[in-house]
Amino acid sequence: MNKLSLLGLLSLVIRRDLVLAMRRRADVLTTLIFFVIVVSLFPLGVGPEMDMLRKMAPGVVWVAALLASMLSLGRMFSADYLDGTLEQMMLVPQSLSALVLAKILAHWMVSGLPLVIMAPVLGLQFDMPAQALWVLIAALLLGTPILSMIGAVGAALTLGLRGGGALVSLLVLPLCIPVLVFGAGAVEAIVSGTSVGSHLSLLGALLVMALVFTPWVTALALRISME
Amino acid sequence: MAINWFKYSSPSTFYGVAGKMVPWFAWSATILFVAGLYISFFVAPTDVQQSEAYRIMFIHVPASILSMFIYLVMAGYAALGLIFNTRLSSMMASALAPTGALLAFLSLWTGALWGKPMWGAWWVWDARLTSELILLFLYLGFIALHASIDDPRRADRASALLAIIGSVNVPIIYFSVQWWNTLHQGASVKFTGTSMHVAMQQGMYTMMLAVWSYAIAVSLLRVRCIILERECKAQWVSELAEVRQ
Repeated sequence: MNKLSLLGLLSLVIRRDLVLAMRRRADVLTTLIFFVIVVSLFPLGVGPEMDMLRKMAPGVVWVAALLASMLSLGRMFSADYLDGTLEQMMLVPQSLSALVLAKILAHWMVSGLPLVIMAPVLGLQFDMPAQALWVLIAALLLGTPILSMIGAVGAALTLGLRGGGALVSLLVLPLCIPVLVFGAGAVEAIVSGTSVGSHLSLLGALLVMALVFTPWVTALALRISME
Repeated sequence: MAINWFKYSSPSTFYGVAGKMVPWFAWSATILFVAGLYISFFVAPTDVQQSEAYRIMFIHVPASILSMFIYLVMAGYAALGLIFNTRLSSMMASALAPTGALLAFLSLWTGALWGKPMWGAWWVWDARLTSELILLFLYLGFIALHASIDDPRRADRASALLAIIGSVNVPIIYFSVQWWNTLHQGASVKFTGTSMHVAMQQGMYTMMLAVWSYAIAVSLLRVRCIILERECKAQWVSELAEVRQ
């Protein structure tokens, strides 16, 4: 069998993970429903005054997205780890970092992208103006991949540990604070009439940096966890 | 004279060296604490603006500085352990973590005690307070990850990776929080460039040295325990006088 090219490997792993996710649609939907429920709980908790809700909306949506992405991290490697696929993957002649990147991208398509698509609807519940909704989508598009990437490191470090779910949140959430700050900041900036360019640029910079480093670090963490 | 540093990277040698160093640092910590507290309470004059409450800074400032510095030292040891596979470096990293977390907590607590009379609030979402809180979370993450992995080798390496990621992330977090804060509101109180009274400086430096000595003494004591725990099957441990008793 001839050796797969790097892009071939990427698309193969992404397709495989997407097919697996489609076979277990309930898992994907659970994360999305969790996101919707958390956002909907806030008005019940703090009261239905529209002025306050409009102010809170970006933060609420972002925190809920952060929590929802934590929820799905456990699935990134654990199924492959349990049935031994991950061990085989580490023997592949191509770089493990590329394989991990593919897995992260697939994870984002399954758990991040639905959040981005769902967010504007939730924004409408909080009476966000149309302009702010567009910025929210842009910020989430830039930010949710970073959450998946940082989360991948945490998921790899806690692979196969008892109580992994709570532990991974403890490790990953503090590292995600910059994403939260700039992501929610962008939406707040458009609402208060200042420029959103700086926030989105910084999110983009974080995304590029995460794209370079996290697949490599995740591969290292997987090697540590698997030996 | 060239010193063979690798000699001290073996747990069996370092166990003895650390045992000799602990009393020195412990005693100097005690003496410096007594001297520092005396200066801070009786010699240093009352502040014009903040009256007596400013004296909290004598413990607050050393605790904050050391909590940040220990994280760097811990990440450094963790990186050494990961790169050179030296067991002792990883043990030092896990020995430093609880002290760092304790100092971060102390810094937050004393900060809150100072903030109530000064700012009128126990907690302000100021950039420095927030990043200190995040630092505490990073320490807790390190300790939790280390504690939840049974295999000590894997625990060392996994938490080392986490510590390194954390130390790369600390500046990013700090600047993001600072920027987030200036977007909302300016810091309520800033350190102005006023020169401190000489006695205040002396008190501060003495307390700083005291906290340094304390941190070193406690970490060395803890690393001795970790060495004994991990090496309990080794022959040199069973030959130790304190073990045979």
